[in-house]
Amino acid sequence: MSKRMDTGNSACALAVKAAKVDFIAAYPITPQTSISEKLADYAAAGELSGVYLPVESEHSVMSAVAAASAAGSRTFTATSSQGLLYMHEILHYASGGRLPIVMANVNRAVCAPWCLYADHQDSVSQRDTGWLQFHCASHQEIYDTIFLAYKVAEKVKIPAMINYDGFLLSHSMLSFETLEQDLVDQFLTPYRPDWKLHPQWGGTFGNVAAAAEYSAYRNTLAEDTLKAAAVIEEEARNYQKLTGRWHGGMIDVQGPEDADVFLMSMGSMAAEMELAAEALQAMGIKADNLKVRVYRPFPAEALRQALPAHAKLLVFDRNLAYGHEGGALLMEARSALYNRDETVKIAGISLGIGGIDLPASLLTEKALALLEGLK
Amino acid sequence: MSDTIKNVKLADMPAYELVKAGTGGCAGCPSPMGLRIVGKALGPNSIMVMTPSCAVASIGVMPKSCYDVPVLNVCFASAGASAAGISMSLDAQLKNGALSGEKPTVFTWVGDGGTYDIGFQGISAAAERNDDFIHFCYNNEAYSNTGVQRSGATPKYAVTTTTPAGKESQKKNVPLLMLEQRIAYVATASLAYPLDFYRKVQKAKSIQGFKYIELHAPCGPGWKFASSDTVELARLAVKSGAWLLWEGEHGKLTLNAPTKQLAEGKMPCAELEEYLKLQGRFAHIMKSTEKAAAIEAMKSEIRREMDFMLGREKL
Repeated sequence: MSKRMDTGNSACALAVKAAKVDFIAAYPITPQTSISEKLADYAAAGELSGVYLPVESEHSVMSAVAAASAAGSRTFTATSSQGLLYMHEILHYASGGRLPIVMANVNRAVCAPWCLYADHQDSVSQRDTGWLQFHCASHQEIYDTIFLAYKVAEKVKIPAMINYDGFLLSHSMLSFETLEQDLVDQFLTPYRPDWKLHPQWGGTFGNVAAAAEYSAYRNTLAEDTLKAAAVIEEEARNYQKLTGRWHGGMIDVQGPEDADVFLMSMGSMAAEMELAAEALQAMGIKADNLKVRVYRPFPAEALRQALPAHAKLLVFDRNLAYGHEGGALLMEARSALYNRDETVKIAGISLGIGGIDLPASLLTEKALALLEGLK
Repeated sequence: MSDTIKNVKLADMPAYELVKAGTGGCAGCPSPMGLRIVGKALGPNSIMVMTPSCAVASIGVMPKSCYDVPVLNVCFASAGASAAGISMSLDAQLKNGALSGEKPTVFTWVGDGGTYDIGFQGISAAAERNDDFIHFCYNNEAYSNTGVQRSGATPKYAVTTTTPAGKESQKKNVPLLMLEQRIAYVATASLAYPLDFYRKVQKAKSIQGFKYIELHAPCGPGWKFASSDTVELARLAVKSGAWLLWEGEHGKLTLNAPTKQLAEGKMPCAELEEYLKLQGRFAHIMKSTEKAAAIEAMKSEIRREMDFMLGREKL
């Protein structure tokens, strides 16, 4: 275990190396690029256990990792924004094929107009592709979530996307601790699937299916995605036992026991929200920071358990759900809590679009305005 | 070209059948005919990648498959990258001990849509990276699977459902583009010359890196000819010069028989009209007052192409 000061993208690349990934395909896009570059450096220096394929587009990236995963490899790639959108077709293929790919998506706004800075429109618009979606609020969480994502993805046979905010986390320098290789190896054993696309196993992959078989496959994926929530909670606890590190299970709530105002967000905003919660507490408001760590499956049960009766839930989205008053988190939180307890009041706002700065002072101000609206 | 694999006889081909009884292809479909020869040359230790095409539509409904080897049925533009992914994954697993034995031959079986058009970027990129697999394009000169729409490989004048008055532009020449990418091995082939095709597949198998083989694949429902005539159409295409047989290694071109003899004038070309008149897609030309001029223009294009290839062969 060693402490270092480095970027979020470095934390990501270091964890991928430690996870002993067999196959990496990559194509550059800001602000993800330095992950692909670092992994290329590791490959050139002979430090990677696997192989590295520099392809010509993100569509080909996902086509390559999906195929390599079907052939039996632990796979990784990273992308952002337009790159993620360009992969869309193969994201569906990968989840339908139950291929446990892990991908870092360094969140960035989508065009038009062009914008390089952070919001969650890229990943939120991939919500229904059947991928698990993690969000990270710190460099340490990026590093640790890579291992968790592989563990869970390979267990439930569903691909996983690890999201973190472009520049705010990808390029900023923060301290984090790496893990001794033997601890990583204890948590994450080599990937040995029970079937491979290979003559020794036989069979075809992605064949044409009749409606009954097709719906059975897709319904099973939907059910297994919901079941993945329990696996994530369990493996996050296992990781905590092994390393002492905890970033939450499906969500993270650590505030006062008697909190009745909850500030819900995901990504780097959730780190800043800690300060906003403290500011509200100083004003006598029993506020708690509610960090969403997993967006897919949506942490509905965790949310129901976390909120006491008469709670006020303030939802902060870094995305826009066009045609809806707020963002995706607000919509989903309302859906998850509907009929659960009508005393819980919910309000929300979309902000920070295109990377607009979200200091704690602004978040505090917006929280107060939302509370006022709930009166 | 110095061939270590030559003078193959029909009796030399293994009994192995890659295509099992029960393919859903149309009567006279060129795809299973071609795949049978591919299977005999590559053997069962192979992995096939397919993109949406007639060869996928006729595979059978899950859990059944008419193909004897493992198949990845991937998305339309994915052939190049997916085949590269499998090939490199096998290399990595053979190195780290997750797999043992001889590396299976990775090959794609993709139509002209997946090669010339939507999949071209991925194929060209795999060629540039020299990824280790064989790309097969079975070229039926249209999007036959979706009901015969034009493709980049559709010849000028041909009627398709999206060129109802006949196509106005010339086709692309992807094999030539592959030659100019200086890949390890590129070849064209014809169903009417199975021994030539078999030899070329064997040769491709023996070479490490990216290989490209394009099989001319006359399509009865698409071109509108009798299902019994697939091989005859393939033969007339070669003998009239409408389809040229050649191969190349790292940019060095060799014309194959009988294209070489036809191009050098040592053998007369078959009458182009004999080839065209069997195909409903050219019927509007054959009935037209412009018939003579159109056929003359097509012949002139064939002559120009042959002269170009003769010159290219000298480089």
